[in-house]
Amino acid sequence: MRILSTLFAGLLFGTGLILSGMANPAKVQNFLDLFGTWDPSLAFVMGGAIMVTAPGFWFVQKRAKPLFHDAFHLPTRTDFDARLIVGAATFGVGWGLGGFCPGPAVTALPLGAIGTLWFVPAMLVGIVVAKYATTSQRKTLAV
Amino acid sequence: METDFTPFASLLGGVLIGLSAIVLMAAHGRIAGISGILSRILPPMVDKAGLPQSIIFLIGLLLAAPLWFLLTGAAPVQVVSNNALLLGIAGLLVGFGSVMGNGCTSGHGVCGISRGSARSIAATLTFMATAFVTVFVLRHVVGG
Repeated sequence: MRILSTLFAGLLFGTGLILSGMANPAKVQNFLDLFGTWDPSLAFVMGGAIMVTAPGFWFVQKRAKPLFHDAFHLPTRTDFDARLIVGAATFGVGWGLGGFCPGPAVTALPLGAIGTLWFVPAMLVGIVVAKYATTSQRKTLAV
Repeated sequence: METDFTPFASLLGGVLIGLSAIVLMAAHGRIAGISGILSRILPPMVDKAGLPQSIIFLIGLLLAAPLWFLLTGAAPVQVVSNNALLLGIAGLLVGFGSVMGNGCTSGHGVCGISRGSARSIAATLTFMATAFVTVFVLRHVVGG
C-alpha cells in the first residue's frame, strides 16, 4: 500500500498536469503572455488545486500522523531570506523561457520532444549545482 | 501561437493535482513538491529516508503520458520549442532556482499556499512576476 499510494499519487499528479494543459509549454507561455496571445486557463489549475488541497491538508493534519510514517515532514521556516527570493526569481525566468516547470517537464519526458530532451537533463544539472552550492555553504558556516 | 481557453479541463486537472497532494500528505506526510522530490534522488544525498518514495512518485509521473495515450488513443497535445540553447538555459535556471528557493510551482504554488505559508506566497508572487516579465521580453522585446 505504501508503494501503491505513492505510485497512484504520481500518476494522478501527471494526469492532472496533462489534462490541465500545464504539460504544454505553449499554453504556459500564453498564460504568461498578458500582452499577447493570453490564455488565462492556467489560473484555473492553481485555483482548482488550492481549492482541494487547502481543506484537504487541514483535514489530514488533524490526525496525529500520516498513515505510513510516524510524523508529518512539513517545512517549519517562516523567515524570509535572500535565497528564497533570488531562487524563486531565477526559477521564474527559466519557467518563462522554457514554458516548463519541474513536474510537467518530467511528465512530458516520455513524449520525447527535442526541447524536453534538452530541458530535463539541464534541469537536473541545475538541481545538483544548487544542492552542492547550498551544502558547501553550510559546511563553511560550520567550520 | 494561440491556445484554446480551457477553464473546465484546467480546473479539473488542478483538482487532480490537489488530490495527489492530499494522498501524499495523508499517506506519507510529505509535500508534493516536484523540485524537492527530484532533488532527493540526486547527489549530494541528504535526505536518504525520502529516496524510495521519491523514485516511486517519479515513476508514476512518467507513466501518466503513456497511460493517457492508452486511454484516449492520442498523445497529449504539446508544442515545445526546438531551440536547444533556449531550453537548456531554461532547464538550468529552473533546476537551480527551484532548489535555491526551496520549491517550485507545486511545492510553493499549490502546497505552500494551501498551508498558508508566507514564504510560499512570497516565492509564488516572485516567480510569477519574473516569468511574466521574461515572456514579455522574449515575445515582445526580443521578437516573437
